[in-house]
Order: sequence, then C-alpha cells, then structure tokens
Amino acid sequence: MTDHTADAPDERVKDLSLSQRFLMRPEMGSFCGVILVLIFFLLIASDNGMFNPDGIRNWSVVSAQFAIIAVGACLLMIAGEFDLSVGSMIGFAGMVLAISNVHYGLPMWMGILAAFVLSVALGAFNGFLVIKTKLPSFIVTLAFLYILRGLTIYMSVTTTSKTILSGMKPAAEADWLAPIFGGEAFKFVFTWMAEQGWIATFTRGTFEGQPVVSGVPALILWAIGLVIFGQFLLTRTRFGNWIFASGGDAHAAEYAGIPVKRVKVLMFMFTAFCACIFAMCQVTEFGSAGADRGLLKEFEAIICVVIGGALLTGGYGSVIGAGLGAIMFGVVQQGLFFSGAESSLFRVFLGSLLLIAVITNTYIRRRIIGAGD
Amino acid sequence: MKTLFKAVAIAAVSTLGLGAGTVAKAEGEKLVYIYHSGDEDFWWNTIKNTLDQAESELGITVDVRNPPNGDSAQMARIVEQAAAADYDGMIVTIGDYDALRDAITGAVDSGMPVITVNSGTQEQSESMGALMHIGQPEFDAGKLGGERAKADGVSDFVCFNHQMGNIPLTDRCAGFAEGLGLPELGDRMVDLGGDPVEAKNRAFAYLKANPDVEAILTLGPNGGDPTLQALEELGLAGAIYWASFELSDDMIGALKDGSLKWSIDQQQFFQGYLAANLLTNYIRYGVRVPHHINSGPGFLTKDNIEQVESLIGTFR
Repeated sequence: MTDHTADAPDERVKDLSLSQRFLMRPEMGSFCGVILVLIFFLLIASDNGMFNPDGIRNWSVVSAQFAIIAVGACLLMIAGEFDLSVGSMIGFAGMVLAISNVHYGLPMWMGILAAFVLSVALGAFNGFLVIKTKLPSFIVTLAFLYILRGLTIYMSVTTTSKTILSGMKPAAEADWLAPIFGGEAFKFVFTWMAEQGWIATFTRGTFEGQPVVSGVPALILWAIGLVIFGQFLLTRTRFGNWIFASGGDAHAAEYAGIPVKRVKVLMFMFTAFCACIFAMCQVTEFGSAGADRGLLKEFEAIICVVIGGALLTGGYGSVIGAGLGAIMFGVVQQGLFFSGAESSLFRVFLGSLLLIAVITNTYIRRRIIGAGD
Repeated sequence: MKTLFKAVAIAAVSTLGLGAGTVAKAEGEKLVYIYHSGDEDFWWNTIKNTLDQAESELGITVDVRNPPNGDSAQMARIVEQAAAADYDGMIVTIGDYDALRDAITGAVDSGMPVITVNSGTQEQSESMGALMHIGQPEFDAGKLGGERAKADGVSDFVCFNHQMGNIPLTDRCAGFAEGLGLPELGDRMVDLGGDPVEAKNRAFAYLKANPDVEAILTLGPNGGDPTLQALEELGLAGAIYWASFELSDDMIGALKDGSLKWSIDQQQFFQGYLAANLLTNYIRYGVRVPHHINSGPGFLTKDNIEQVESLIGTFR
C-alpha cells in the first residue's frame, strides 16, 4: 500500500516538470554534449581562429558531411535495421558519376542521375534481401560492404585502369545540376558582409580583398535540409509513427496493419540516397572520385546516431539528435586541429564520447521513463 | 591400400612430368606478385598495368595477390601459400619485415627465386636470401627532398600524412627533416585522414592556426589533392613552399602553375615490370643483376612533366 490519497492526480497524466520533459527527449544528451564541446573549444582554441567565419565554415562542412549520412542511418536504425554498406555506397556512387563523365564522356547531370538511380536501387535490393531472407540486416549489409567496394574497384580498373579519377572540376562547374551539390549559396550576403566589415577579407595571396568565406557550401544546406526533412517525417507524419512502430515491435506493428516491410525497404533506399548525396557533394566539390572513398563512414554515421540518443535496438531516437551528434563529431575533430593537440587523440576522444553518450542515455532513460528494465 | 599407392604413384609421376615440362619450355613461367596494401590502395593499380605489359612482352603469367584489408599477418599466409604452390618465382614487398621474415625466408629456402620490391630495405632483403631489392629507400628519398628544399631556402616544414601508421610514409617525413638539417621530426607530422573533405578541412585548420608554416610536404595524392584545395581556399597556393611525393591530375596542374614546387616519383614501373623481367630472365637463363636497384627518387618538376602527364595513373 502506497501513500496515494484519493485526491492525488491520476498517475497516467502526471505533470512533468520542464526539466524532466527535457531530459526525456532522446536528443538531450547530444544537445548538452554540443554545448559542452563548444564551450571547451571556445576556451582553448578561439584564439586560433576556430570561431572566425572561415573557422566555423571549416568545422561545419565536416559536421555536415557526417550529418548527411547520419540522417539516413538514424531513420533506418529507428526502423530497427542497420546499413553497413553506407561507406562502400559512397565510393560506388562517386565512381559511377566519375566513370560516366571521364570515361564515357556523359554530361555531369546524367552521371548524377545514374548514380542516384543505381544507389537507390541497390538500397532497395538490400532491404528486399533483409525482408525476404529474414536475416539480420547487420549480415546482409556487411556482405554488401564487401560486394560494393570490390565492385567499385573492379569497375574503375576495367574501364579506366585507374582507381582515382580526377579533373572533373571544370565539368562540374559548367553543369546545370552539379553546382547543387558542389557549389556555394548566398554568395552576395557574404560579399555584402565583407563590405560592411563584418567578416574579414584575405590580406595576402590570390584572393586579396575577397571575403574569407564566400558563401554557404551546398554540403551544409543539404545537411540542414535533410535533418529538417527527417525530423518532420519522423515526428509530424503518420509515416513517422510507422517507422517508430516498425523498429519498436515489428510483429505488433504488422498486426496493427502497418506495412512494416515497405517501411523498412523505403528506409534502406533513403539511407542509400543519403550516401549518394554525400558522394555527389564530394565528387563535384573536389572534381575527383576514388574507389577508396567513404571508408569506415558507416560506423561514423552510426556513432553520430547513437551519440544523438537513438537506441541500437530500434524504435527510439531523433533525427535532430543525430544532427547534433554530427556537429559534435565535426567540432571535436576540427577543434583538436585548431587547438594544436595531438591529432591521434581524436579517435580516443571520439570513442570515449560514444561510451559516455550511450551510458548517460541508458541511465537517464531508465530513470525518467521509470521502466525497471 | 593398393589403389592408394597407385594413385600416389600416378600423382608423383605426373608431377615430375609437369616439372620436366616447365624446365624444357622457355616460356610460360608463372610468377606471383604479392604486396601488402589493401584493395582500396590505388597505387598498386599502376603496378598491375606494368605487370600486364611484362606478361604480354615475355609470354609469362603473373598472379597478383594481396591481403584485401592490408593485414600483414594475412600477407604472411599468402606468401606461405604461394611458396607451396607451383610458381616459378616470387616478387614480394616487405610491407612489415617482422611479420613476413619467416614466410619469405621459408619461400627462399624452398628453392623459390624471390625478388623483393617497394617497402623494406636492401639489408632486410639480403637477410632473407632474396636475389635483390628494387625500391625507393624512403628515408633517403625524403632526405634528398629535404636537401633540395633547403637549397631553395626552406628552414622548417610540416608533413601532412594521410595514412598515419604507415611506416614508409613516416620515414619520408623524418628523412625530409634530416635533409633540412633539423635535429628531429618532432610534432611536425600531422594526421590528415583518408577522407578528402575531412583532409582538406584539417589542412585548412592547421594552416589557419599556424600562419607561420613555411613549407608543406605531402606524401601522395590522397593528402596532396586536399592540401591543394586548402591552399587555394586560403589564397596561399604558391605562397607556401609545397613539395610532395607522387602526383595526381590536379597536382600536375599545380606543378605547372608553380604552386607545387616538385614531387618525388619512385617510378613504380621498375618495381613491377622490371622485377618481373629480371626474375623471368633469371629463371630462364640464370642471369642476374648482382646488386640492388633504387627505382627512386626521381624528381618531377615543371620542366619534365610533359611526358609524365599522359602516363599518370597508368604507368607512373
């Protein structure tokens, strides 16, 4: 017998304090993490230009790259599956574009479309295999990690006898579609800000007099767009509920009439789509593709998602959290560079971050949700 | 039991017969080329192209083997397998001397002619009983580079490493430091990582935080291309003394416009084609070059780039 009295409010509609509600959110951990990491580097690295306009652009681009693949990995993980072929998919998609452009002389836009069609089709195939064979996605996509990487190398060697194709920058700049991935936006804003003296200009070299940041790289806009899209899809649509349900308890979801298989296959396709965006941005910005691109990116995507508060078992997580995880990832990686710390410590830092994130997430969820498990 | 003996006898006879066949025939030797890098490493593709050339010119076959993930213990297993197989000769890199010493020595002891190439030193090659070593002594190559930079007025530098943990790459940096007359490499080596966007931004961050950097050494296109991008974004291309190892298409452009001062080429053609050629001739006629061959360093500059340009990525 507890000390509940008759006029106590119904436990099921118990009021939660603001702080409790905040702590319950999956992205809570990563949000605090980002703040802490930013304060840390503000203290130790700000005099090295890390928080100047070009410094901010610098770590934002790295964060954006992580965010793009993290959004796909996050939705897929909430739907209860993994994709370990993300990194190989990045190499594959980039090589499809490069071979079609360099070897077959097709215009960039055709190569980009071909890369998207092939990647998304392979994503669908991945999902289809997972559904049909009922094998863990870990195994199926692990197989594709090797299949795609090997295929990419084979493809590039047999057509061009090279495994790094470069020199596509002029073609990318002249194309109508490629600048969407490799260009910069809002250039006029930055020119104007430089004229007002708000941001610095180059004082030496070939760009003397031009603003140090000339625009917002497309990579960043893609990342922001994908995070907003992902979060909206997940929290504001019926499909979002289906994703949660599919990852939470697939059987229960199926009994409730949710097309679990379709949801999962679509999420595999979306993950491949994100990997392809990553590749397109990289190839069009650098003008080169390599068969070794995207190595280990699948794990970095998963790290962002986990730091962002998602559960490895599915059914719980947040796209914004994954985005924040990506920011933390990028800030730490670049911050160590600006601060001049030994760069190999980055991996130590990252691993520790991952461990702390998972431990705090699990601890707080148990405390707040109150489940005894 | 009787049938078993019979089978063994037949097998033995046919093996002997085959053996006699290969000795009698002056063509069709089967060589194996084993290297240490993973499948993703683009550099070896050039080696494969030069081996194709050797195959068609000499009428031999060369099987190329490597550990798909670059694991040197697995490479040792491959060397052992190849020694047990019916190859006529072996070309092998000394990617990791300690891990490979027993396997390569074992192959030599089993009677297989072996030429070592690329990584490793001439002393290591001799200690394992190989015929010769064809490679670029990385420390010496870096040192020559450092001496050249010193002559150009450079006194300090930073080394952008795209593959930390790869010992020959570290040797290049250390050699460069010695060539410049610095007491030690110290913290001049910076980890760029393999991803181009990250590498570019790391190079950018480093140069931003250290505006007094006088010279940069990159160790291959994986670090060179992103460094070029960072230099261009900072408006410093041409303002900082930049030297490198190896070349990519973009780096050729930089070499031409002067933002890349020079690049060291280890002429891997010799490590592929020449190794196969010398080994074949040793097997066929017993002739051998009685000393080691340094395939590099060769300096690539604005002046000699014309011919190299068309061959980058295929034969150079």
